Amino acid sequence: MKRVVITGAGTVNALGLDVGATFEAMREGKCGIGALDFRDVDRLAIKIGGQIHNWDAEGRFNRQQIALYDRFTQFALVATEQAVKQSGIVFSGELATKSGVILGTSGGGLTTQDDNYRTVYEEGKNRVHPFVVPKLMNNAACSHVSMEYNLKGPSFTVATACASSNHAMGQAYNMVRSGMATAMLTGGSESMLCFGGVKAWEGLRVMSKDTCRPFSLTRSGMVQGEGAAVYVFEEYEHAKKRGAEILAEVIGSAMTSDASDIVMPSKQGAARAITGALQDAQINPEQVGYINAHGTGTAANDKTECAAVADALGAHADNIMISSTKSMHGHLIGGTGAVELLACIMALKDGIIAPTINYEEPDPACALDVVPNEARDANVDIVLSNAFAFGGLNAVLALKRAS
Amino acid sequence: MAQNIQDQIVAIIAEQAMIDPSEIKLDQSLEEVGIDSLGLVESIFAIEETFDISVPFNANEPDQTDFDISSVAAIIKAVEGLIGEKNS
Repeated sequence: MKRVVITGAGTVNALGLDVGATFEAMREGKCGIGALDFRDVDRLAIKIGGQIHNWDAEGRFNRQQIALYDRFTQFALVATEQAVKQSGIVFSGELATKSGVILGTSGGGLTTQDDNYRTVYEEGKNRVHPFVVPKLMNNAACSHVSMEYNLKGPSFTVATACASSNHAMGQAYNMVRSGMATAMLTGGSESMLCFGGVKAWEGLRVMSKDTCRPFSLTRSGMVQGEGAAVYVFEEYEHAKKRGAEILAEVIGSAMTSDASDIVMPSKQGAARAITGALQDAQINPEQVGYINAHGTGTAANDKTECAAVADALGAHADNIMISSTKSMHGHLIGGTGAVELLACIMALKDGIIAPTINYEEPDPACALDVVPNEARDANVDIVLSNAFAFGGLNAVLALKRAS
Repeated sequence: MAQNIQDQIVAIIAEQAMIDPSEIKLDQSLEEVGIDSLGLVESIFAIEETFDISVPFNANEPDQTDFDISSVAAIIKAVEGLIGEKNS
């Protein structure tokens, strides 16, 4: 088995348009959630989200590119550019054929669908732009990343709702670990903050009108976010040979299915995923210092997740820190695990634990150290990142400090 | 009119529970009728569409909203209240 390290990271999200700005916001416990701004927002009951407001598509891409790049593709491309630049990796020759792209997304080009449904249904037009299909397809971001950076190996998109990015990164990890690929660009991207996207979520009645308060007794539901994060997962010897800086090491991954309910999470499924990641990484629960929670801020998730962590870690659950950064950047659905992995890297690399902000009152059903409101300095060697999706599909990753 | 609202709500709940309206007793809770959390959200959607009202219900805190869902009768009373507010 090969060792797998992260040699590049990139992101755009409501907290910042790169990793540095995102780390800074997480350190300061800034909230990226605010008033939504897009067409027909006045017809929504939910008017808040972790939206990227200063996105200058025209300044970043030319006219031909914009005709093909949905917002979720734009996010993925900008995040990738940062990650590849930091890594210094150049995909050519054999490395190009042995490297691929696996990205998570749930909605894909949802804004493109929304805009064009409007065109034909609301405006009654009988003609849409010729590139609607290549723009909206879920694998558009993955394909454009592969084209832009010349990755010719295994590449595809993973859609497991809120766990998409963790499934994608888990898969990329296993490909590098097994020797099937030398390096993988992986992570996820999402842009559901359009009228149809939010309207659909409203229907489930799990959205907060106020803000996201994970693990707090006063929680009122989830808040959507948007953006992307992309990483370079690279085989350790390859990274070492070219003198790349190692941000963190990926040491384990596990995926489970609840096989029980389409929306209600199961403690057993989540706990099996956490335990599975520990076993895959060959570590004991006592070695875990921090968990980046799925922490959606819904009663169903938060209570189930805390119970699952307590089951999987036993008595050590009381010693670890567990925080939900969704309180700051919102829930990026298919891109969320990717952005949340940044909090794991910050914990390992900088020794700073991102807080759960907007926290007001302890919930007896979530009696863990949720790092309320303020970031904390801590020396942690091993961290986990949880993702538990609608449909009962779970994916947990284990990371270790670079050594 | 009041009877009519009751019949319509009972019909919505019966359809959701896949039973005959005559089997529903007004003092039953939705759980007793056989409706789970997803069925509840769907029932509220049907009530909103039928009566053109907005029901204040958040699935995160079903017991804490102003909209009483503790029994079929409570739901009928709450809906009557919302229809009254709309018409006043």
